[in-house]
Amino acid sequence: MKGQTRRRLSEWVATLPSFVWLLLLFLLPTLLVFAVTFRPADPYGGIGSGWTLASLLTLVNAHYPAIIWRTIWLSLVATTLCILLATPMGYYMARINPARRRLVLLLVILPFWTSFLVRIFAWKVLLHPEGFIKHLLMFLGLAGQDTSLLYTTQAVLLVMVYTELPFAILPIYAAAEKFDFRLIEAAQDLGATSLKAFVSTFLPGIRVGLMTAFLMVFIPSLGSYVIPDIVGGPTSEMIGNKIAQRTFVDRNLPNAAALSAVLALAVLVPMIAILTLRRKESPRDVLIEEGV
Amino acid sequence: MKHSRLPAIVTWLVMGFFYLPILVLVANSFNSSRYGGQWESTSLKWYIRLMGERDIWQALRNTLAVAVSATLASMVLGTSAAFALHRFVGSRLQKLHYGLIYMPLVIPEILMGLSLQLFFVSLNVELSLVTIGIAHVTFCLSFVTMTVLARLQDFDFSIVEAAQDLGAGWWTSLWRILIPMLAPGILAGGLLAFTLSIDDFVISFFVAGLGSTTLPIKIYSMIKYGSPPLINALSTILLTVTFVCVLGSHYLSNKGQKAA
Repeated sequence: MKGQTRRRLSEWVATLPSFVWLLLLFLLPTLLVFAVTFRPADPYGGIGSGWTLASLLTLVNAHYPAIIWRTIWLSLVATTLCILLATPMGYYMARINPARRRLVLLLVILPFWTSFLVRIFAWKVLLHPEGFIKHLLMFLGLAGQDTSLLYTTQAVLLVMVYTELPFAILPIYAAAEKFDFRLIEAAQDLGATSLKAFVSTFLPGIRVGLMTAFLMVFIPSLGSYVIPDIVGGPTSEMIGNKIAQRTFVDRNLPNAAALSAVLALAVLVPMIAILTLRRKESPRDVLIEEGV
Repeated sequence: MKHSRLPAIVTWLVMGFFYLPILVLVANSFNSSRYGGQWESTSLKWYIRLMGERDIWQALRNTLAVAVSATLASMVLGTSAAFALHRFVGSRLQKLHYGLIYMPLVIPEILMGLSLQLFFVSLNVELSLVTIGIAHVTFCLSFVTMTVLARLQDFDFSIVEAAQDLGAGWWTSLWRILIPMLAPGILAGGLLAFTLSIDDFVISFFVAGLGSTTLPIKIYSMIKYGSPPLINALSTILLTVTFVCVLGSHYLSNKGQKAA
């Protein structure tokens, strides 16, 4: 069959460039992380030959388990805060008139595309001992001269929520937009209070959006590195900071790889969930469509 | 039905939360005081001082060189990938292909950065602007593909078939029909890739070598060790550029949707 062969041929021609590129530069390097974990470090900061469990054993080193636990815990708190803020926003955005909705959407998207470093830096300036917020709090009598806002776990959480909130708002809004708001009215007609109607109809109705939001915020949070590096202190270090220190400070790539392998495994669990979810809906498409 | 005002209040408070830091930053770039706790006087002195920073201009040139090449490469690869994913949907190859395109979108940047560094170090490739460019194509590719794919959903392939029935070869139908009709989507994807590329810090930092400082890497070292007001001024310029890019992309995207 000539047509069939031609179709196969054009499929391969269109697929191969991106397929080979990602196979070589995405999948292979990712697998390499796991392989390098079992390699020794060479004295020049490269990767030695032979195999060893040395890097794997550094993972049980006294402070790593605490840092891994903190990474998961901080990511969970940041994700929860994002979802708590994004849910009423999704509800509001789905109900307002289209003109105002376009404005709100644009306002949600704009900071999302502005420089990540600039947005973190903006908070560093705001939280600085001589900055705006410290002066405001001191003026209100809520902070003393020696209260430190910067380099704390709270600062890390605040900035994580700030940078990741749009990732929660967009999928929740996308789900809320498809929700039939008459269900809420029906529940109220049947005697439910506003809150009860909201919890028993709206939340289950946007379930997929909530789950997507959770994953979209939780996964990048686990990999946070710049935020704790700039606004955090020694007591708010996350796995990402340790990966960077092993890579750039001690120049021990196998140790960095071992930590990254842990991170990859931590990400894999929610990622499998995301791919299962994708079969039902395609929230990322919505995100990208709205995002541009 | 009684409407709760809470959702509206939360939404507009969050808007304040989003924009307050940005506004303070922009305002501070015109403030002659160092940390902006007090307003000393309005001045352009940080902008003027910025002009004299040669490192920043070199970093900007590096960033643009990387962004332009990575954008063009990812536009070609991404458009072709989106076409394959859409046209041959359901085949086993496309399921694998989709997985490969999708994964870079969800993986934390630091993982991609370290894995690429390990890859280049293993191959003894010297880290440079070229390795940064290669890394950028790798993540931009997925974003371009998804953007073009979204546009393809409302593309009517019977036009291509009609052209072919009328004797157009695949080259003609590609250049005369498919690409012009998909142009708004491809351009929107390209603008997105460009924005992501000029903004990328984490991945670039991991695959940068000596002398291949990009603007975000330069900004990072300024944040860590440099002068805050200079970053304010630089950030304000960057914010203006990105806002223009995003609005442009938004406009092209909507135009594409209306045309389709």
